[in-house]
Amino acid sequence: MIRVQDLKKFFGPMKAVDGLSFTVDKGEVLGFLGPNGAGKSTTMRMITGFIPPTEGSVIVGGFDVVEEPLRAKALIGYLPENAPAYAEMSVKNFLSFVAELRGLRGQAKKAAVERVIEMCFLGSVAHQSVDTLSKGYKHRTCFAQSIIHDPQVLIMDEPTEGLDPNQKHEVRTIIRRMGETKAIIFSTHILEEVEAVCSRAIIIDRGRIVANGTPVELKQRSQQAGAVRVRFADGDATIAEKLSRLELVERIVRPDEGESGLRVFPKNRAAAGELARSIGDLAARECWTLEELHTEEGRLDDVFRNITLPDTRQTV
Amino acid sequence: MSEAVLTQPAVEKASRSPGAVAHIWTIAKRELAGYFGSPIAYVFIVIFLLLSGFFTFMVAGFFDRGEANLETFFLWHPWLYLFLVPAIGMRMWSEERRMGTIELLLTMPITPWQAIVGKFLASWLVLGLALALTFPVVITVNYLGNPDNGVILAGYIGSFLLAGTYLSISAMTSALTRNQVISFILSVVICLFLVLVGYPPVTNLLVEWASPWLVQAVSAFSVMTHFEGLRRGVLDSRDIVYFLSVIGFSLFTTSVILRSHRAG
Repeated sequence: MIRVQDLKKFFGPMKAVDGLSFTVDKGEVLGFLGPNGAGKSTTMRMITGFIPPTEGSVIVGGFDVVEEPLRAKALIGYLPENAPAYAEMSVKNFLSFVAELRGLRGQAKKAAVERVIEMCFLGSVAHQSVDTLSKGYKHRTCFAQSIIHDPQVLIMDEPTEGLDPNQKHEVRTIIRRMGETKAIIFSTHILEEVEAVCSRAIIIDRGRIVANGTPVELKQRSQQAGAVRVRFADGDATIAEKLSRLELVERIVRPDEGESGLRVFPKNRAAAGELARSIGDLAARECWTLEELHTEEGRLDDVFRNITLPDTRQTV
Repeated sequence: MSEAVLTQPAVEKASRSPGAVAHIWTIAKRELAGYFGSPIAYVFIVIFLLLSGFFTFMVAGFFDRGEANLETFFLWHPWLYLFLVPAIGMRMWSEERRMGTIELLLTMPITPWQAIVGKFLASWLVLGLALALTFPVVITVNYLGNPDNGVILAGYIGSFLLAGTYLSISAMTSALTRNQVISFILSVVICLFLVLVGYPPVTNLLVEWASPWLVQAVSAFSVMTHFEGLRRGVLDSRDIVYFLSVIGFSLFTTSVILRSHRAG
């Protein structure tokens, strides 16, 4: 549905986006991750046709966004950063206005407006003007306009920014449900959101893709992935030594500040389950009281930090 | 991929999508609702009516002249519009940029040109409405004497075109900045320039140190020169072409400015 080919955007000498290529198919939800200023919003603005790329192309549903902007834009629903909306309009009038620009008229327009008002829980504020709304409602109003024409492609720039946990949950549920039939790209800073919603994630840093994969694949790039976390009720001076004598163990690390127990790394990452079993057996033989034993999947924020931190340090 | 796309309902909807005029009308309607949903339009209309009445009757001495025409009424319009029209036009694009709604507007399946024209026409309609509401002065002069209503009509056409010209310049300056004050000042300065290069007291001064043909050439660009004829009831197509081409040029420049902002 969306094909981004070698996309570049320079603002003067600054390379905001530096050669991105990726595709998003129908039924995929792509998470866009990256530190602030990595080029996420700029990329989305180019995909939606708001700003022209310096180089490269964006094809949406077979239409080049630069060559055939109207046909490409007709397929796209877009929630810009900070969810802008016309302040003096009422929610309902604003949605009607967008529906009209989307080519809906008469009964179809009315039905579309009512559908999104219901879907985004805007019924209670439908006749209030946008500038009197709380941030969450304003955000949902703008979200509602992005799906009013039931687009095949949905681009959302930080759709859950500034929402309370319940609202975040609602928005995620909607995104996941719509992701079954549409091609969706959304950017976020919240990594748990990526795990909850995305079928694939791309990490961008300084205009380049530094990681691309399913959330599970990305998590495996974490250093902790495949390690076994173990915690015993007894003292652990000798335990660590005995554990390290196990055949599969590569090294043992004390976890970060604020965590208790030990992190045992296997020589072979795939052997994490086997290692956990042998630790269990050892504990049984030695009569240690086991409080916790699990293999770690790896954490996305570790991956994120490992990939993006060295670079951001350089620029600071 | 395109085969799959063609079966989608959203594309069918898009292919039935309305034409340029419908889009322009949708945008103009929203803009008008914005003017009348806030005090802007009402304040503008009331102030315009008060000031034009004040200048016509008090300053220019409409009654003292004993002439059945509206020359004193139209005489002040270039000056009156100088401040009032930029006040209406200053928010046209700067507000969109400040609020970020421009990102919504220009990612809709419409061309930037449709948005520019729609917004411009809506504001021009507000100015036209204010002008139309001065009809009591026409009734008054018809009651008191026998004016040439053709001349009055030409004056109204000229005044409306003049307002549109100022407005198009305000549209252009409002696209330059997200700050409405800057937008206002810039457009007042440009409009003032267009007035002064054809204002006799100024051109008389210029003649002393510039060759007359140069002064004449420059004053051909002035709104005063072209409004003068219409004000006196001469419907010269050259004057109308002048106003329309300044409007066209300003709106075209607006589109260039908006595009260059987005190109970064």
